[in-house]
Amino acid sequence: MTTRNRPLSPHLQVYRLPLLALMSITHRITGVGLVVGLLALAAWLGAAASGPAAFAAAQSLFGSFLGKLLLTGWSVALFFHLGHGVRHLLWDSGWGYDLPQAYASARVSLGFTGVLSLVALIAIWF
Amino acid sequence: MTLRNPIGRARGLGSAKEGVGHHWGTLVTAIGLIPLSLWLVISLAGLGGADYATFKGWLSGPFNASMFVLTVLMVIYHAQLGVQMVVEDYVHGEGIKFGTLVATKLVAAFLAVFMTVSILKVAVGV
Repeated sequence: MTTRNRPLSPHLQVYRLPLLALMSITHRITGVGLVVGLLALAAWLGAAASGPAAFAAAQSLFGSFLGKLLLTGWSVALFFHLGHGVRHLLWDSGWGYDLPQAYASARVSLGFTGVLSLVALIAIWF
Repeated sequence: MTLRNPIGRARGLGSAKEGVGHHWGTLVTAIGLIPLSLWLVISLAGLGGADYATFKGWLSGPFNASMFVLTVLMVIYHAQLGVQMVVEDYVHGEGIKFGTLVATKLVAAFLAVFMTVSILKVAVGV
């Protein structure tokens, strides 16, 4: 069979997603993850509203190893979603559709996510 | 001239003409959540390991209580729009899709009330 050098459709199992596509799907995944975080925040507030004992239990839960791990995940997810969300706002304003600009904004938002995640990491674990 | 066939129109298929409102809702809450989410992260970081009295003291100020309620309501509105989009993209059965969307809206409404009541109970309760 002759192989022709023609474009293939992006079949997900064999096609390595380019950075911009990865950013896009990560935005959606972090959004869903943050919904779970919202439920955790609701539980935390509910514990506080139930009184000092329940709040202390919730605080020790979020201060545990697993709790800190989850808080780290939600922090990173929030900073990614925030950074990439700003890119969406820029696109909505009509800016940034050219590939060089799209890659530049991707790198800036990833840098933003990285720096704030590092700060959150230090704040949570140290 | 319309390209829709009569049976399609009779069944109510096609665009519901409400997509723009959905997008604007996401966009405006996204802009609001840029400062609000950062405020929430910084506030929660300061409350790590706090006891009930400390949390109550922090939440007693009208600014913090207002910001918390505003953040929670805006997050919930933004989140339910996002979940709706994800459900519409990935859930294909009409029955299960309808059920999931209705459940999303009702859970969002419950969370909005529950989290607001919880905040106010700690903020102004004895």
